[in-house]
Amino acid sequence: MFDSKVYHKIDALSGSVATLRAEGVKYGEIAQVESRAGTSLAQVIKLDGANVTVQIFAGARGVDTSAKVRFLGETMKIPFGEELLGRAFTGSGEPRDGGPALDSQKVPIGQPSVNPAKRIMPNRMVRTNIPMIDLFNSLVVSQKLPIFARAGEPYNELLARIAMQASSDVIILGGMGLKYDDYLKFRDTLDKSGALSRTVMFVHTAADPTVECMLVPDVSLAVAEQFALKGKDVLVLLTDMTSFADAMKEIAITMEQIPSNRGYPGDLYSQLASRYEKAVDFDGAGSITILAVTTMPGDDVTHPVPDNTGYITEGQFYLRNGRIEPFGSLSRLKQQVNKNTREDHRTLMDALIKLYASYKETVEKQSMGFRMSAWDQKLLRYGTAFEKNMMDLSVNISLEDALDLGWKILADCFDKSETGIPSKLSDKFWPKS
Amino acid sequence: MTTTGKITLVSGNMITVRFEGAVAQNEVGYALLGDKRLMAEIVRVRGDLCDMQVFDSTTDLAVGDKVEFEGELLAVELGPGILTQVYDGLQNPLADLAKEAGKISKDSEFFLQRGMYLKGLPRDRQWDWQPLAKPGARLTAGETLGTVKEGIFDHKIMVPFRLQGVYTLKSIVPAGKKTVEDTVAVITDAAGKDVEVQMYQRWPVKVPIKAYVERLAPTETLVTSVRTIDTFFPVAVGGTYCIPGPFGAGKTVLQQTTARYAEVDIVISAACGERAGEVVETLKEFPELTDPRTGRSLMERTCIICNTSSMPVASREASVYTAVTLAEYYRQMGLNVLVLADSTSRWAQAMRELSGRLEEIPGEEAFPAYLESRIAAFYERAGRVKLKDGSIGSVTIGGTVSPAGGNFDEPVTQATLKVVGGFHGLSRARSDARRYPAIDPLDSWSKYPPVIDSARVEKARTLLRKGNEVGQMMKVVGEEGTSLADFTEYLKSEFLDAVYLQQNAFSDVDASTPAARQKVMFDVVEKALFTDYTFTEKDAVRKFFMELQQAFIDWNNIKSDDGAFETAKAALVKTIEEASRV
Repeated sequence: MFDSKVYHKIDALSGSVATLRAEGVKYGEIAQVESRAGTSLAQVIKLDGANVTVQIFAGARGVDTSAKVRFLGETMKIPFGEELLGRAFTGSGEPRDGGPALDSQKVPIGQPSVNPAKRIMPNRMVRTNIPMIDLFNSLVVSQKLPIFARAGEPYNELLARIAMQASSDVIILGGMGLKYDDYLKFRDTLDKSGALSRTVMFVHTAADPTVECMLVPDVSLAVAEQFALKGKDVLVLLTDMTSFADAMKEIAITMEQIPSNRGYPGDLYSQLASRYEKAVDFDGAGSITILAVTTMPGDDVTHPVPDNTGYITEGQFYLRNGRIEPFGSLSRLKQQVNKNTREDHRTLMDALIKLYASYKETVEKQSMGFRMSAWDQKLLRYGTAFEKNMMDLSVNISLEDALDLGWKILADCFDKSETGIPSKLSDKFWPKS
Repeated sequence: MTTTGKITLVSGNMITVRFEGAVAQNEVGYALLGDKRLMAEIVRVRGDLCDMQVFDSTTDLAVGDKVEFEGELLAVELGPGILTQVYDGLQNPLADLAKEAGKISKDSEFFLQRGMYLKGLPRDRQWDWQPLAKPGARLTAGETLGTVKEGIFDHKIMVPFRLQGVYTLKSIVPAGKKTVEDTVAVITDAAGKDVEVQMYQRWPVKVPIKAYVERLAPTETLVTSVRTIDTFFPVAVGGTYCIPGPFGAGKTVLQQTTARYAEVDIVISAACGERAGEVVETLKEFPELTDPRTGRSLMERTCIICNTSSMPVASREASVYTAVTLAEYYRQMGLNVLVLADSTSRWAQAMRELSGRLEEIPGEEAFPAYLESRIAAFYERAGRVKLKDGSIGSVTIGGTVSPAGGNFDEPVTQATLKVVGGFHGLSRARSDARRYPAIDPLDSWSKYPPVIDSARVEKARTLLRKGNEVGQMMKVVGEEGTSLADFTEYLKSEFLDAVYLQQNAFSDVDASTPAARQKVMFDVVEKALFTDYTFTEKDAVRKFFMELQQAFIDWNNIKSDDGAFETAKAALVKTIEEASRV
């Protein structure tokens, strides 16, 4: 029932934004733009009297002033169904893998927020078999957690591993500004491990139009929401949210919006929050858990993107030198689950970290040339073993094995009484030699 | 006749409307979208055009769509039934919204539906009405007509605040079960015109309620049970304070602890643009917790305004005003109310977003030029007042600030610091070191009286500063290069920090320290700090303080009414005295 009237005259073009005169257009409506550059979808982002401003998903390059614009009478929708599994799409929902286009039931994107009264307290753990996560900062169903890393850190490898190993029903991968080979690597890794059959990928590569980058989180989360409403536990992996923010910045500047901080639009916080807040454990249905990479330009956590993200998410992982840093990394929800795993989980976690902190101090002292005591020697031994056997990202063991390993490392380096662990626990778990 | 208009511009959550007739600044109107009505507020008028911020998503609105104006400012309902509720920023009860949305389809009950607005107060609930005023009495706005029992409170039904001048009570309904819409009294103005008074009234949220005799100075300490606050950086009944801090420094935990233990009658918690997960925690936990002062559920003294970060930005802006208006209402009953706003930065950002859409000339970091005056006006709604019946009520406001990058030099923190009476700065260094609450003991300040004599507190603070200096120096010269006297000062300040400033919010006993207990504790801490010790070796001093600290922390976890409390205290005093140079 859409108005099939076609408009032939574009009055202004700037960046990926076009303005034309049209009637009866609704805010947020989708339009089709046909020009020399090809056909692309576009979305209405401003109505001012008879002037309609649209954002062209494929960018405005090559779009001529006589391009045909047809308004479709509906907002952005994305096909949804089981047949999405194992497939890869672009940010605007076109197949990227050479497979057929989908015309199954379409669902709108960017739907309203979940009523807080219908959320439940998170209480289930997502097992990843990565000790630095499971043991020290457990990921919890419905959590939203960013991975803060400098460009060049192996964050995509980490995401791929989590995608392969995580205990979730469905994985949605949203790639923004990915290098093409990164996309291939994701696909091949998931394919090899067999996880691809429960994965849907929405990928925007660095060569694709900026607007599509902005759509990736919305599209990914809209699909995730549908799976969750069907009772599935969905894990959404987004990489990299800084590219998403940069795309927003680019568009905002083209639209001549007043920038607030380092060129980012004033609503950066709200924009990021409305995506992250899609993470939810529905009272009586499935769940969405979000793990998102946020690269920190200049390794600066006070940069607007990681800074705003930190205020929104429930903790953060710092990936530094290929390892998840135990200090600074925090899962705010871990208390909800690590009381129900194994009785030694919390105590051992605290003891291991405290000793590792002492090790760090000792390393500092050593580098300043202070004399090393017998205790310092023990700490040095411990720290090396801990970094090698526990922190290394290639370690792939269950939480229970990781706990046993923790006890073993302690027993190799210290006496029972030196660990500060209550004897009730250490008597039970200390390895018998 | 109601004013109507037609949309001429849609951009984000802002619309411009060409209207016919008269409109007022901040008046509420509804944009018609099929069978839905989207609420909006006028933020600017120019000629026959007005700019409105819409409290919902504007998707699908078109140029030419109709707008109806209500002739009323953005208002909330005041009456019995506010407590125990969880509202959004516009006073829609969230649980009822879910129920109502569930009627559309099974899945839709999970989501907030566009254009769905419900009454803030339950209409079918019966209240026990007790008339107090006698016919013939001369009354003005805010004076009591009668009461109903709302949980543990005698909820006063008052002459509506909007009425000006003196009224005579013509008739009053006898005691009985009444709903909020029932008329309970008829009053007559000087001109002989009758006004029917119901149990509820509406009040515009952005206008302070002023039905009192005079404002009083905030001179009494409001005990929060957080030692650092009450002893070092106190809050006053009717005062204001702010908690700026970077993410992860524990702002929200501190607010939650305060909501639980603060010695006030009512707590209104505004979760403004923050995480939904945290609100859910409060939502699910508070009904289970008992208020230590009344023995009843904590929820009975609480109302939560919850406009989390993904909910519409315009209602986020409204939510802090809604919270403080509800607080002022209960203040009119002679109660002490605490408003906790988490976080005011999100509110400021909502203003910034709107200002950007209005294409106003931006101030610092693109915040609007009126940021400071808005923040000041908001905090000015706190205060202790003498009411018309001689009783005293108060509103205390505590707001968290989330400065970008944790840097306190940004506009929101600075504008807030100018107008509040207490500054609890949270530091990243302290939270990284797991020293909670992470209130920085050197930078923070308060203009209010503490629970302990301020001269004694100042002495302890001087020691903290000295200890900090020594600590800094020791990083350079090492322990070897520090004199025994300096080293002892350092250990003393660390001791004060560990046993008194730090407080375990998750321990049953330590989470809350009432004023009386703080006094007892401070006596012992003081003794430990200002004793001359006989030690000659650094290791001996360190060992002494380590052991003292451990014993003290154990003492912190003993209930005050436990017999072991006095024994442990005596043991601590004895340890200190034995080590002193007499």
